[in-house]
Amino acid sequence: MTAITTQGLRKVYALAAPKKRGGPPSFGPPGAGGPPPVARNGARELVALEGLDLQVGAGEFFGLLGPNGAGKTTTIGILTTRVLASAGSASVAGADVINDPVGVRLRIGVVPQRANPDRGLNVIENLVFHSAYFGLARTEATRRAEALLEQFAMQDKTHEKVDALSGGQQQRLMIARALIHEPDVIFLDEPTVGLDPQARLALWEVLRGLHRQGRTIVMTTHYMEEAEQLCDRLAIIDRGKLLALDTTAALKAKAPGGTLIELDLDGPADAAAVRARAIQNVSKADAVGNALRVHSAVGGRIISSVIEATEGAGRHVRNITLKEPSLETLFIELTGRKLD
Amino acid sequence: MPPAVRASTVFLALLHRDVRVASKELPYFLLRTIMQPVLFLIVFGFLLPKMGFVRGGYQTALLPGILAVSLALSAIQSVALPMVQDFGWTKEIEDRLLAPVSTRVVAAEKIVAGVLQGIISALVVLPIARLVMGPIVGLTFAHFGDVLVITILGAAAFSSLGMWLGTAIAPQQIGLMFSAIIAPMMFFGCAYYPWRGLDAVPVMKALVLINPLTYVAEGMRGALTPEIPHMPLLVAMGALLIISMLFWVMGYRSFRKRAIG
Repeated sequence: MTAITTQGLRKVYALAAPKKRGGPPSFGPPGAGGPPPVARNGARELVALEGLDLQVGAGEFFGLLGPNGAGKTTTIGILTTRVLASAGSASVAGADVINDPVGVRLRIGVVPQRANPDRGLNVIENLVFHSAYFGLARTEATRRAEALLEQFAMQDKTHEKVDALSGGQQQRLMIARALIHEPDVIFLDEPTVGLDPQARLALWEVLRGLHRQGRTIVMTTHYMEEAEQLCDRLAIIDRGKLLALDTTAALKAKAPGGTLIELDLDGPADAAAVRARAIQNVSKADAVGNALRVHSAVGGRIISSVIEATEGAGRHVRNITLKEPSLETLFIELTGRKLD
Repeated sequence: MPPAVRASTVFLALLHRDVRVASKELPYFLLRTIMQPVLFLIVFGFLLPKMGFVRGGYQTALLPGILAVSLALSAIQSVALPMVQDFGWTKEIEDRLLAPVSTRVVAAEKIVAGVLQGIISALVVLPIARLVMGPIVGLTFAHFGDVLVITILGAAAFSSLGMWLGTAIAPQQIGLMFSAIIAPMMFFGCAYYPWRGLDAVPVMKALVLINPLTYVAEGMRGALTPEIPHMPLLVAMGALLIISMLFWVMGYRSFRKRAIG
């Protein structure tokens, strides 16, 4: 069974005059998307999503992976009815996001990038009032709220003000809120950004638990490790386009063979790349600005030859990093840039 | 598949939320909205008459105006301020925007909550006014229905204006809203002097007609102190109805723009 389908989903934002205010409603602070490295047509509009086709099965833990500004939050925004698509269609849990947004909202739970609890209410009120918006009777809502707070180890915070919670606790409250009306599909937009490592691991456990219960989960992230650890299937998107879509294992297998050796040079790396390609055991060598990226099946053993080639091209090496085949090297291969 | 939730159920839940939040901060709310009218009452309704600078009849003209200002100030603020905050930085309203109901219902609920808070402010100011100014000649509650209609229409007009201002103005410019829009509105809204009194300044008499507060103040006079020369009550009601609808259309359009990208 399919939980989510999108067809040719496209979103274009009209760029306001220089003093940009508000911007697209995001599940996060405006501007958190970093620079908008997306196609601009005459600087008048910004293409955030360029014909996205996706299918997510019921019960799947699906990841949207991409750097800041890739279109992840826009995708989530459209699927959660908070952003109007410019073209294309999408349905969530059987309801059409354009023609039946109310039906979609009834079936989804959303965890925003930045916790946005209702600060006028205390912890349990946040959950009980949210339930009331979904038509739950007060006694049932209170019962569920107490159970969720217990599950997330927050019983002692029941009547606290939300401002008194730590970042991790606020994020757990957001998850509890997204779950209390028992939605079919849960959306999480970069849920672990800004959390300390311990809180992140705790959140992963919560998400794994939800997955085991058979819930459909869609999560955006720009952390490779997070995607690898949690997701059944991943879509890698960048600049509003789908670059790869497969199971996590299959994507890793697609990563370019061999180790990626990346050298930061003191100038453009083009000439060095030409020389590096001639080195034995180098399968691929690209220049990206001042960076030279060399793929090799024999790992770090060719480093000295690469450095020689570089110096031969009149450049000096400032820094060297080695990366084993991974989602990250695949991502660099696909997009030509790093994730964060 | 989950059963649909009735829009009225969601509406009442949203209203319950606003009542709960407002009741928690009632003292601050009252301080914010009735301070200015009460200060005016003390100076213009008590001190100046005591000093003999204004005649006794002035208090009769002032009272409906003060009620109008309280109503307008609290209705506009109780919608505009949360809008600025929620859409501007806290994003708290997203929780309510994800409720299974049309965005229009979420916006309409805010207006109703604003109307209720406007009415509460006016109800609090009324006894204070009586206390400060003493017995008010010509004050009558015989036309209670008219008072109610003017109060609701006036509060609706200013709540809708609050929604428009709160969603259209950049958060950094919220101070400007008070000094550039609300303050002139309060002073040129026939609150502290009757409209008919402006016969002496015909240009002003025409200009204040673009100010919605004029119709609230004059409507209050027509309903509470009918002996004071005032604008016909039906004109005030009709104008407020049109203004409310206009501001609602503008307010909702702007709200929607912020709610859905």
